[in-house]
Amino acid sequence: MKTIDDIVARHAGREGPLLPILHDVQAELGAVDTAAETRIAHLLNLTRAEVHGVVSFYHDFRPERDPRPVVQVCRAEACQARGVEALIPAAEAAAGGRVRIDTVYCLGLCSVGPNARIGDDLHARLDEAALTALVERA
Amino acid sequence: MTQTVRISDDAVARACGADAVANAFALAGWTVERVSSWGMHWLEPLVEVNGVGWGPVTTDRVAEIVDGGADDLCIGPIAAHPFIAGQQRMTFARAGRTRPLSLDDYAETGGWQGLNRAREIGAEQVLAEVVQSGLRGRGGAGFPAGIKWQTVAKAEEPRKYIVCNADEGDSGTFADRMVMEGDPFALIEGMAIAGHAVGAGQGYVYLRSEYPDAIAKINAAIALAADRIAPFRIEVRVGAGAYVCGEETSLLNSLEGKRGEVRAKPPLPALSGLFGCPTVVNNVLTLAAVPHIMTEGGAVAYETLGMGRSKGTMPIQIAGNVKHGGLYETAFGVTLRELVYDIGGGTASGRPVKAVQVGGPLGAYIHPDQFDIAFDYETYAAADALIGHGGIVVFDDSADMAALARFAMKFCAAESCGKCTPCRIGSVRGMEIIERILAGGRKADAVEVLPQMHNVRAPDRSLSEQVALLEDLCETMKFGSLCALGGFTPYPVLSALRHWPEDFGLPAKMPVPA
Ligand SMILES: Cc1cc2nc3c(=O)[nH]c(=O)nc-3n(C[C@H](O)[C@H](O)[C@H](O)COP(=O)(O)O)c2cc1C
Ligand code: SF4
Ligand code: FES
Repeated sequence: MKTIDDIVARHAGREGPLLPILHDVQAELGAVDTAAETRIAHLLNLTRAEVHGVVSFYHDFRPERDPRPVVQVCRAEACQARGVEALIPAAEAAAGGRVRIDTVYCLGLCSVGPNARIGDDLHARLDEAALTALVERA
Repeated sequence: MTQTVRISDDAVARACGADAVANAFALAGWTVERVSSWGMHWLEPLVEVNGVGWGPVTTDRVAEIVDGGADDLCIGPIAAHPFIAGQQRMTFARAGRTRPLSLDDYAETGGWQGLNRAREIGAEQVLAEVVQSGLRGRGGAGFPAGIKWQTVAKAEEPRKYIVCNADEGDSGTFADRMVMEGDPFALIEGMAIAGHAVGAGQGYVYLRSEYPDAIAKINAAIALAADRIAPFRIEVRVGAGAYVCGEETSLLNSLEGKRGEVRAKPPLPALSGLFGCPTVVNNVLTLAAVPHIMTEGGAVAYETLGMGRSKGTMPIQIAGNVKHGGLYETAFGVTLRELVYDIGGGTASGRPVKAVQVGGPLGAYIHPDQFDIAFDYETYAAADALIGHGGIVVFDDSADMAALARFAMKFCAAESCGKCTPCRIGSVRGMEIIERILAGGRKADAVEVLPQMHNVRAPDRSLSEQVALLEDLCETMKFGSLCALGGFTPYPVLSALRHWPEDFGLPAKMPVPA
């Protein structure tokens, strides 16, 4: 729990620190699990129910670690209009059990879709071959 | 003499390969300046040498450009390109022209003049000029910014906040992102002016986690400008992937570290907002328009543009299946026909345009028959549509409008904050009804045909009964939802049903009541 104590201490004195704390925990530990929730609740003088309520509300926080690399594919309207749905079966086949393909709704690149994000890298104008290649390299 | 090439470091340019192109120019011994994007996204990566542009450039074409060739990619002087020359750029006046994190570039292009003048003329006068400009919120609701500021200014509380809504969750929108990545000091200056006008010392930018580049840029810009805006302070808070957190009260809850549930109004955030204190919540574009308005004569210049009660300019975002997608800032009043065909060049696929969704996932699907509609808050509202954040998404004739209607319900179900029933449950039921319509109606299920079920009204439900049920449900969502997520999801659904009944397996001309 050392890491969590450090993270919470890092945000001491901020107004409404829970989201920044959860972001750091997710980034550094790969998940916000039950143990993390309990510890954060204790340090912030909240109940675990309150912390869990927040963790479970937001798509970015995950209750369990997942070691697989992640490819986020935008499947919102503008990317649908540019044909993203037709690329999904091949991408999923390429991913198999090794890569996780997540759906995101809009990366703000809506004029050059279909688009994907890996870590902080963005990729635009994807066709089936390009997306599949991204998945294979992930 | 070494040549200088200017290449955007906006996320669209980078996602299209601008970093590699910049690298190739650097390897060729050229000086590379990373600037903001002109907003002509189909040409990204766009490279500029002495005002002349080439795009879209790939690394294998760099050598030719270095040698003065690649004529097929050359678009001539960028500023004279019809897409740029036709615009009235105010919020995006610096787009393509300055290095986003250069304080020198910012000051040389009129930066900080608005804040300096605001500090000279005093808070009262600032409020009066923002009211006079007619500036309305660009986040969707179009509420007059000056009136909101006056309410916060009048509230007698020691602690007040300026919150910038940078959650930009609507599909088809990217203007907020482009401001934060391309002209971050303009947003910072706008927030500082707002703080000065209402008496707030602290500002927050609530920025969605889907925008890694914008998060880095605005953080860097805040550090660089901290002395300039002091004693006003700004901090960035990153969202966590919830669309509904763009709704202002949900956003405030999220900033406070809570679930992003929507709050009932009243109290208005202007009186009881962040941590119960008077709070200005404004969209990025609203705040970024302020420095220009605050310059000498800016308010009057702004007010003379536009139509009706929609004053000034709107940064319109042209997206989806369109040939010339990008950012197009112009005075209100432009028609959809001009936007889609003249400016956007029709579909990227070359097929006929089938529909355009304006205003994000909660906006109506507009049929080509209605393309003469003028871009104006009131005109759209009268047509059961909305401008929202100014995104337009073009679809070609391969679009399946029933699938898009179902997606609207699915999106609402996925993103609902869960506070009210019509939205939380209605969206799921809506999805199911659309599926049943597509299945041609509904057969009685195994339980309904049991002999014990005497009171089952009719064992089957016909197609038209399903349609009536969907319309009923939409009515309930429209009037029974607390916020626009549940309240406006019926717009895309009903507009799709009304204009493209054949996609739902209904007769093409079946009259669907409004
Ligand atoms: C579901 C929902 C999502 C919204 N998303 C955004 C958003 O991403 N950005 C935004 O500025 N406003 C958004 N709004 C509008 C805000 O509630 C609010 O009207 C706006 O931030 C006020 O700023 P403005 O007056 O400058 O437009 C959303 C509203 C709803 C109901
Ligand atoms: S309409 Fe939906 S998102 Fe809005 S308050 Fe109700 S449940 Fe929450
Ligand atoms: S809709 Fe895919 S990036 Fe915006």
